[in-house]
Amino acid sequence: MNAQEIKSILDVQFSDAILGADLETASPYLIIEVSRWHEISEFCKTDESLFFDSLMSLSATDIGETIEVIIHLHSFKHNHRIALKANVKKDEENIATVSDLWATADWHEREAYDLLGVVFENHPNLTRILLPDDWEGFPLRKDYVPQETYHGIPVPKVKE
Amino acid sequence: MIQEMTYKPDSMILNMGPQHPSTHGVLRLRLETDGEIVNKVEPVLGYLHRTFEKHCENLEYPQIVPYTDRLDYIAAMNNNLGYVLAVEKMLDIELPERVEYIRVIMSELNRIASHLIALGTFGLDLGAWTPLLYTLREREMILDLFESACGARLLYNYMWIGGLSHDLPVGFVEKTYEFLDIFDAKVKEYNDLLSTNKIFVERTVDVGILPKDLAINYACTGPVLRGSGIKWDLRKDEPYSIYDRFEFDVPIGNDEIGSVGDSFDRYMVRVWEMEESAKIVRQALDQLPKNGDVQAAIPRKIKPPKGAEVYFRTEAPRGEIGFYIKSDGTAKPYRLKMRSSAFVNLSVLPEISEGWMIADLVTILGSLDIVLGEIDR
Amino acid sequence: MIEFIFDLFKPAEFPIISRILFAVLTFAFIGGFVIVAVWLERKVAAHMQDRLGPMRVGFHGILQTIADTVKLIIKEDIIPSAADKVLFITAPFLVFMGAFLSFLAIPVSEEFTPSDLNGGLFYILAVSSIVIPGLVMAGWGSNNKWSLFGAMRSAAQMVSYEIPIVLSLLVVVMAASSLNLSEIVGAQKVGLGGFSGIAGWFFIRNPFLFVAFWVYIIAGTAENNRTPFDLPEAESELVAGFHTEYSGMRFAFFFLAEYAAMLVMALVVAICFMGGWLPIIGTESAIPGFVWLLGKAMSIVLLQMWFRWTFPRLRVDQLMTISWKVLLPITFVLVLGQGVWSIWIG
Repeated sequence: MNAQEIKSILDVQFSDAILGADLETASPYLIIEVSRWHEISEFCKTDESLFFDSLMSLSATDIGETIEVIIHLHSFKHNHRIALKANVKKDEENIATVSDLWATADWHEREAYDLLGVVFENHPNLTRILLPDDWEGFPLRKDYVPQETYHGIPVPKVKE
Repeated sequence: MIQEMTYKPDSMILNMGPQHPSTHGVLRLRLETDGEIVNKVEPVLGYLHRTFEKHCENLEYPQIVPYTDRLDYIAAMNNNLGYVLAVEKMLDIELPERVEYIRVIMSELNRIASHLIALGTFGLDLGAWTPLLYTLREREMILDLFESACGARLLYNYMWIGGLSHDLPVGFVEKTYEFLDIFDAKVKEYNDLLSTNKIFVERTVDVGILPKDLAINYACTGPVLRGSGIKWDLRKDEPYSIYDRFEFDVPIGNDEIGSVGDSFDRYMVRVWEMEESAKIVRQALDQLPKNGDVQAAIPRKIKPPKGAEVYFRTEAPRGEIGFYIKSDGTAKPYRLKMRSSAFVNLSVLPEISEGWMIADLVTILGSLDIVLGEIDR
Repeated sequence: MIEFIFDLFKPAEFPIISRILFAVLTFAFIGGFVIVAVWLERKVAAHMQDRLGPMRVGFHGILQTIADTVKLIIKEDIIPSAADKVLFITAPFLVFMGAFLSFLAIPVSEEFTPSDLNGGLFYILAVSSIVIPGLVMAGWGSNNKWSLFGAMRSAAQMVSYEIPIVLSLLVVVMAASSLNLSEIVGAQKVGLGGFSGIAGWFFIRNPFLFVAFWVYIIAGTAENNRTPFDLPEAESELVAGFHTEYSGMRFAFFFLAEYAAMLVMALVVAICFMGGWLPIIGTESAIPGFVWLLGKAMSIVLLQMWFRWTFPRLRVDQLMTISWKVLLPITFVLVLGQGVWSIWIG
């Protein structure tokens, strides 16, 4: 199934929640409304004709006002792929976790929280994973300023 | 780390790592044990975090290649390949035939080298010293080949965007044939010494069974997924580069000894995969074009179009590695996320190791074959 | 003058001096053996693993162990601040004592036994058990969880394996009708059909003794915590087991104890199953008895080294299964069988 067909299946139920799409690029994606994130993900996983049983990757990107969360899905059964995106307002909005659908999302979401400060609602254990628990700030945000010291150890300045 | 642990009077909280001989680096596992039985496993990561993704946002595309070496430092060629293929996909670069073949040869040789380490250290985890020395002996020959090609033995920086850093040196092809002839006989030696050893079989069979559905739900890939009996290999099912030109099997775990998806299956899949990789290398050497460029014509400054993004995954020795790259039209990526195979494979550890003994936990961790450089990035 | 020196060794004339001399000489002998054995182990391992091993210090690295010993002795003596100091300090010496005391009863040759005890075999079994409290003290005293694990494992393991050891040696005792080690060797002079030499050695005298020989080798290897039974110090699981916190001289003592225990076990095999000081053919030979004894013991030591560099390690429950469910029933059958054999065949 190609990306166009996948979109048409999703359009039947969720046409109002799909805010945009790019189906021509190397990795086609759909942009989804944040509030319907979990619902649509669940549909993608359970629907017989889509059956995205594998979550390849979950990443997040700081794109200014919002943080873009993207999941790359893959179906072993049908051997097709799609990516879903959602734009989460920085520090104001939260996004639902998908770790109850794909267990692998657990650590990916912790990483996104750790490095970009995306808060995933209902996540079982949303703590920092790569950085120390008491680190300040979210390093992959474009406006990140490193803290001065960490437990008395000076943090090196970023050279411009 | 700082969260409260529920204290049970019968259990002991045990810190395994970050300095522990069999956590394969600086992984820390927090265990809740009742005698020898492990009731709870909690991996604590980040001791080798080197801010790879932050680095990438401040480097130009070609400069990132050496950083990818340092992700999975046991299989640097495969990391190089994953990254350059992702960038080339963004730019739509046509590659010379010779480059494609050399890349396949190098990454399959590196897969053999990586699996040799996995085999040896797995034996070491179970208390058998000698297999490690034997596998390192063969790995050494592969490293010598790499050294002759690019001068480095661990971090190669060999595959560049649009080509390679050097052409193959004189005599490389002959030496590789020689190595393959030696190597084919050695696999039997590992099987005699380790795979068929009664104690080894007793220690690994039926230990840490990973069922199919759990493997998919946790998105395990590589030998871990195939050990659970799922025939899925990107080289076969989603061919990239020129993998569709070669004939090879995708070995999967079976229930001949013990149940499907146990530590023994994950181990055996690696043994069989080495033989398949050797087959691929042989075919690639046979078909390798005698002459040709090793660098395609690429723009002086690599600037993918604004807004372009790609998620590209390849089959590395430990599973799928994926590069998600987003461009803003400049010479530096706007965002680069690496989907690490070992990171994902490790996340299944708590699920399959609870209720086993400490010695089994070491077995299971060894059978997942993790590299911390790739997990912590 | 020379006669006077020999007199010093006679307990009847110089009760205290002679005993001190014996102790010092035994200690020197163990030290010398360990230095050679450690070098040998490294060389055996290296050649089994396609490498050379130590090559720099002396001819083929023969002085490497001496260099290592000097290093260990001059290292800083570290006692963890949370450790139980008394237990921590005494443990290595107690562990060593177990192996050291056993040498007292070993008959070196027909003419010379340091102490010809009537219950020599019983004595060796008894003193070698001192090792267990030593290891538990080391594990507990270190105040380290990994050490504690190692100590618990070793206590369970050694207590379990004492039983097959005792029962397999009981078969020998029944065959020789004596607990005196010299008499056990004497009983191996003449074998079936009046043949002497190797035909008289217990391990090929009858099928029960042959099996008992292998049971003892397996159980003895386990008693010495050697691979595949090296669970108490399993480096891939327990870091270093009971000696995780030890360094320098105290660590060296654990090392010394391990190799001394290996030698004791090998000597017991040589005496009880392989004819002790008796030559391989006939009853007389130009080669002195103690050379025969040591040669036989070294072959067992080499066998243990071969085990170590070939096998993976067992798991705790598998270890216990082997002891209680496999070796123990076998030894019961052996004792019964040997009894029947002694009565009807002789």
